Amino acid sequence: MRRIVVVGASAAGLAAVETLRREGYDGTLTLVGDEPWTPYDRPPLSKQLLAAEWEPDRLALRTPDDLAGLGLDLRLGVAATGLELADRTVTLADGSDVPYDGLIVATGVRPRRLPGEGAHVLRTLDDALMLRERLTPGRRLVVVGAGFLGAEAAAVAWRLGAHVTLLEPAPVPLAHAVGTEVGQVLSRAHVDRGVDLRCGVTVIEVTEDGVRLADGEVIDADEVLVAVGSLPNTEWLDGSGLAVGDGVVCDEFCEAARNVYAAGDVARWYNPLFGTSMRIEHRTHAAEQGMAAARNLLHPKARKPFAPVPYFWSDQYDMKIQAYGFLRGHDEVAVVDGDLAERRFVAVYRTGDRVSGALAVGMPPKAIRLWRQAIAAGAAWSESVRTEVPATGA
Amino acid sequence: MRVELDEPKCVASGQCVMAAPEVFDQRDEDGIAFLLEEKPAADSLDDVREAVAICPAAAIRLVEQ
Repeated sequence: MRRIVVVGASAAGLAAVETLRREGYDGTLTLVGDEPWTPYDRPPLSKQLLAAEWEPDRLALRTPDDLAGLGLDLRLGVAATGLELADRTVTLADGSDVPYDGLIVATGVRPRRLPGEGAHVLRTLDDALMLRERLTPGRRLVVVGAGFLGAEAAAVAWRLGAHVTLLEPAPVPLAHAVGTEVGQVLSRAHVDRGVDLRCGVTVIEVTEDGVRLADGEVIDADEVLVAVGSLPNTEWLDGSGLAVGDGVVCDEFCEAARNVYAAGDVARWYNPLFGTSMRIEHRTHAAEQGMAAARNLLHPKARKPFAPVPYFWSDQYDMKIQAYGFLRGHDEVAVVDGDLAERRFVAVYRTGDRVSGALAVGMPPKAIRLWRQAIAAGAAWSESVRTEVPATGA
Repeated sequence: MRVELDEPKCVASGQCVMAAPEVFDQRDEDGIAFLLEEKPAADSLDDVREAVAICPAAAIRLVEQ
């Protein structure tokens, strides 16, 4: 293999090219990115960067020297527009064709939008800088979507002195991900600070004055941030023959076609640890999968299934939320340490009879790391969690 | 080789502790990482490189000295 192309120059793509070099690949290595910037870190966009605690230079994932040391054919500010599997060629927006022997697709996701013009989204450095410029004290900000991104942005905007309204279509924010009880506890952090959280509210469009709800009500706003999830960037693969279905469909090795792998937010692969196909949009996952895809591409005779325990964190107000595992679709939640009401606790999640996830707020790191081991080992719930009978009466 | 940890950048994910437990640990109070070994033994270097690659805050560097 003498020519490898990695499409996508964010966390997953960077991890892939670094791993290829670390593992001895010395052929041509092309890294394609649609943004003009060298790889930068996205989680701070809704945290330190939005809060103006950090400037963009702190987001660089590698120094110019580190990048230069990788010996890349770096194509930034140009999107990939097409893939020919038979010819093993990637076409770029500037009209050039890049041939490959091996390909890693790491084109990530983009924000879902709502009808109407003028709303902010929060995915790129430019998005974050534009929103930050507008978040002055007293500004009225409507955040549509109280998921992790919307919640983080609301917390920062509140701290900057904006009047924040947080609109969520579900009855309880994040309930589908973390369960109803935990979702309620986390969302109370907004209410305690005077953020106007409204649940069960559907926004149908962004207007000049704010947002319009399904019942016709208009909520006035100076700025609107839409944080209602993401769509995988797979359109450039249409007609290529790669299977696409909410992401690039891969096997347990992250392979989508012969010598074509996918990694990061865009990859839907079969995770043998949980026995299901999944697509994960977490920062650490992008790096882990970029590394795994690179290794499997480079060492076809020593491929390993990619079977990670997903991990994410979220900073909201004074809370640090950390979670391991695959919480979605869980059957039961149990608080095993701390106290929900004090927002200091460890909750563990059951799917079938196994421990599938753990989420901690405000607890020492070791308290949750033990549960990570249980998840990685596929530990049985009945042997790991002593479920207490809820107290009744009084 | 020497390990550098940019503490203000650390997001307390603990990924480095899992990659190289002989070199990194986390403070109990806030989970921020600290170094157990500033100059790791040669047989730990691969683990440290893994930690550098996996750190979600790009807070770890391995430098020649």
